[in-house]
Amino acid sequence: MKVKCISRAEEDFTRERSQDLQRVFHNFNPVLRPLERAVEYQRAVNAVKLDKIFARPFIGAMDGHIDAVSCMAKNPNHLKGIFSGSMDGDIRLWDLASRRTICQFPGHQGAVQGLSASTDGRVLVSCGTDCTVRLWNVPDSSVMNMDELSDGTTEPLAVYVWKNAFWAVDHQWDGDQFATAGAQVDIWDHNRSEPIRSFEWGKDTVISLRFNPGEPNILATSSSDRSITLYDLRLSTPVRKLIMKTKTNALCWNPMEPMNFTAPTLLILNQFYTSQATSHVISVYCLVVSDGPLLFHCTVSQNYNHSHYFFLFKLAKANEDCNCYSYDARKLEEAKNVHKDHVSAVMDIDYSPTGREFVTGSYDRTIRIFPYNGGHGREIYHTKRMQRVFCVKFTCDATYVVSGSDDTNLRLWKAKASEQLGVIVSRERKKHEYNEALKKRYGNLPEIKRINRHRHLPKAIHKARSLRLTITNAAKKKDDRRRAHSAPGSMPIQSQRKKRIIKEVE
Amino acid sequence: MSISEEEETKPQQVIRSIDKEMMDDLDALYKRTDDLDLKHELDLEHELELKQKKYQRGDGVKLEGLKDKKLRGQLAVREELIGQSANVAAKAEKWLNSVNTGYLEAEGMEKTWNYKNQDIVRSVDMLSSKKAMDLVLPELGPYTMDYTANGRYMAMAGRKGHMAIIDTQTLKQIKEFQVRETVRDVAFFHNELYFAAAQKKYTYIYNNHGIELHCLKEHGAVQKLQFLRNHFLLATVNKFGQLRYQDVTTGFMVSNFRTGLGRCDVMQVNPFNAVVGLGHSCGKVTMWKPTSAVPLVKMQCHNGHISAIAHHPGGNLMATAALDGKIKLWDLRKFEVLKTYFHHANTLDFSQNGLLAIGNGSRVQIWKDNGDQYYGRYMTHDIAKGYQVGEAKFQPYEDVLCLGHTMGISTILVPGSGEANFDTFVANPFETKKQRREKEIKALLDKLPPETVMLNPTKIGTLKPARKKEQPSQKELEAEKEDAVVAVKLAPRKKKTKGRSKPSKIESKKQESIMKAKRPYLDQQMKEEESRKKLRVTEEVQLPKALARFARKKAAVS
Repeated sequence: MKVKCISRAEEDFTRERSQDLQRVFHNFNPVLRPLERAVEYQRAVNAVKLDKIFARPFIGAMDGHIDAVSCMAKNPNHLKGIFSGSMDGDIRLWDLASRRTICQFPGHQGAVQGLSASTDGRVLVSCGTDCTVRLWNVPDSSVMNMDELSDGTTEPLAVYVWKNAFWAVDHQWDGDQFATAGAQVDIWDHNRSEPIRSFEWGKDTVISLRFNPGEPNILATSSSDRSITLYDLRLSTPVRKLIMKTKTNALCWNPMEPMNFTAPTLLILNQFYTSQATSHVISVYCLVVSDGPLLFHCTVSQNYNHSHYFFLFKLAKANEDCNCYSYDARKLEEAKNVHKDHVSAVMDIDYSPTGREFVTGSYDRTIRIFPYNGGHGREIYHTKRMQRVFCVKFTCDATYVVSGSDDTNLRLWKAKASEQLGVIVSRERKKHEYNEALKKRYGNLPEIKRINRHRHLPKAIHKARSLRLTITNAAKKKDDRRRAHSAPGSMPIQSQRKKRIIKEVE
Repeated sequence: MSISEEEETKPQQVIRSIDKEMMDDLDALYKRTDDLDLKHELDLEHELELKQKKYQRGDGVKLEGLKDKKLRGQLAVREELIGQSANVAAKAEKWLNSVNTGYLEAEGMEKTWNYKNQDIVRSVDMLSSKKAMDLVLPELGPYTMDYTANGRYMAMAGRKGHMAIIDTQTLKQIKEFQVRETVRDVAFFHNELYFAAAQKKYTYIYNNHGIELHCLKEHGAVQKLQFLRNHFLLATVNKFGQLRYQDVTTGFMVSNFRTGLGRCDVMQVNPFNAVVGLGHSCGKVTMWKPTSAVPLVKMQCHNGHISAIAHHPGGNLMATAALDGKIKLWDLRKFEVLKTYFHHANTLDFSQNGLLAIGNGSRVQIWKDNGDQYYGRYMTHDIAKGYQVGEAKFQPYEDVLCLGHTMGISTILVPGSGEANFDTFVANPFETKKQRREKEIKALLDKLPPETVMLNPTKIGTLKPARKKEQPSQKELEAEKEDAVVAVKLAPRKKKTKGRSKPSKIESKKQESIMKAKRPYLDQQMKEEESRKKLRVTEEVQLPKALARFARKKAAVS
């Protein structure tokens, strides 16, 4: 007889001393864990509910300005710093950690309309309705770290007076030039008192402009003649123009799209994209630059280094019909995506440094965060006291959102409403990761989807939304009826992505 | 080699050839050892593969038919991950499990079922031999018992009201008390701190100090108790065949069903899906979930009173015994009988490793799966003549079978019955107080709603399969009809035959075949119209009284 029974000596399975860790044994046999699917689902429900419980996005308000905040700029050199300009001409540098003003930049006589810092973070450029462009020396980070409220103010490095009021300014991502928007687009150099260059296409005021983050010489502007224009500083004339049905308030480039396509892990895709990109580039330049083979050759050769990045950028823009439209700069005849949710004009937009989402501030007193490829926002932020939002910014670490509004305050928000701040021990982090995975796995089930999607809306916005819905439904109905009673094919259905575009001018 | 050639070979060549032969032999030897190594490796791989299958939890997704490239990529990544984790789990099982499963093997002509339990006790180690014991409690009637999930504690209850909790590790009693009335069943809750006892009139909840915490009056005179561990539900069936579920965390009575099949004293929870199985006197077995008043399954298993049910931990196998002298094994996926054995049984129980204990009179048999669900004798045990086994239960995570009988309780050793390796986070026999508390919190957080009790719990979170195609629309039917007519019209004429080639005949024949093709469609149409008419009539009948006067008065007209 051969026989053996399970026998467990207690000392083999328990700790020796009370200071020791408890001994842990594993058996992954699924039979020991009945109903594991149901348990997992239950955990996913709990995780989603916990998210709701911990959703406290508002961190605090920063007050100090005595008029509405009109514009903001990130300090690329310092994570905690943010510049804000107000309608009374005040410019302040804030420390986000302590939520206090570090220093002020007095000088502007009218409203400050544009703020931008150079990529090295040393120079701040501001412009405003007083027809001046001012360059400021940004105090270095040691001053910021002192954490003492300095009443010390800073003198401008230079003041350049020009012929017209300015609406926006943006600094080149790589280089010494910056551009201002006003009656025309002016390109400035740090060391020149006059614009080194001016672009004009049409007679209307340019409202906003942004340099491309990947290709320093590319510039996109929007103007009050309802157009979006692309410029290349290496060329003498603007590149192309898109005329739309409504005005565009602001625009922003997605900073990460070129990184995506140069990622070494996607080699095949990469080649595919490059070939496509080059072909596009050639076609664009062929159309734009029709004055000689030399330039043409130039551009093609440029394709092999960096210049084709630009054409893979997409820009999202804030629009007065409450929607945001994402465009591919290579293909302006159709929007890449339509982002709907706001119920009033979108005033400002800023991409997260990750390029996966962007934040919008709106005239309806809310801030929304959209995924870069999603039609609807994932988050809405509002408080009772926050008025119309004029400017929003993602911080450089994509963790926070800063908004400036009509009520003279800057507000600091978490980018992920229920994220735990501070140092997280690894066990806790693992738990968070597990919860995330569960939410992803069961996120499509109705119960979890419902909890995850639900947001409390202020009454005014709720009403406005239902009103908008009624209006759009009525319009659709009318359209359908018209279509039904007209000759077949005479009223083709127009896609949402193309609807707002009138024409593209080269 | 022929002789002539042998003669011709020169000495040097001979030496060379011997050398060559030796080399060949050596080569062969090396090759054989290589082969052995290789074979060993292959065996190992095969073993791991078999183990891996268990952890893959079913077949993977078939990616070939998928058109969506992105989805295919995502699924492929997931499959890869599942494969990896299954591989790691299989390796962990192979190399890291510290305790080996018990076994009992016969040598020579011996048979395992001839071994006496005393012999087994004598030949195992000290620790194991202590686990076999007899508690002689002669006056307090047949005993029932229940183990906690980790198998550490046992609650026992005598018919005459004697109850005790015993720590099976130290063999010390935690608490013993007498309630002085009939006790029919006991059941532990999620840990050893609470248990419920079905007494003469009501069910009571006690803590481990024997203090009565609750009296559950609504349940009536309960015959059997079961606790659903994942759902924190106490399921009871009473004298009148009423099945009740009560949530023990909130005290909420989740449901109350009348089985309608009379008195019921056989109840067993399927651990795989938490469906409660009831055995009735008419030979029926019914399966219940807390959210439906009609049973999920009702099957006529036997021709006599069902005496016992047992569920295999895997969830797909059920054993039933009845007074018709049969034991049947059922496949719960198809609800078909797999095997029928002619054997009497008062009580049945499956162990964690799938051994089946059968108690009948004073004899207990243990059967083992000899492959392909062919259960055969593994062990036999006789308790003293005249003692009647009331209940047999395997102890989780131990090679022990506990028998409750008229003269007390005895435990016998059944090598190979229990799961050798426990998981600290699932059920830990060496749990400390702190671990127990933590586990309680975790279990409460993961408490499942009653809706998750269903026949196949792996369906949760999956898509419903697409419905079969609905009835074809009017348009489609019309088109089909046209097609049929066209097909008939275009069909080539048969060969010319005498007297049947007149143009009028051909034409009439053609018309006839067209009508033939149309016939089924027309028939269907007529049928539909009729049913629609019927519906209209019934609708009129269903009108509420208040509205009846507005209905068209047909009777008056006709």
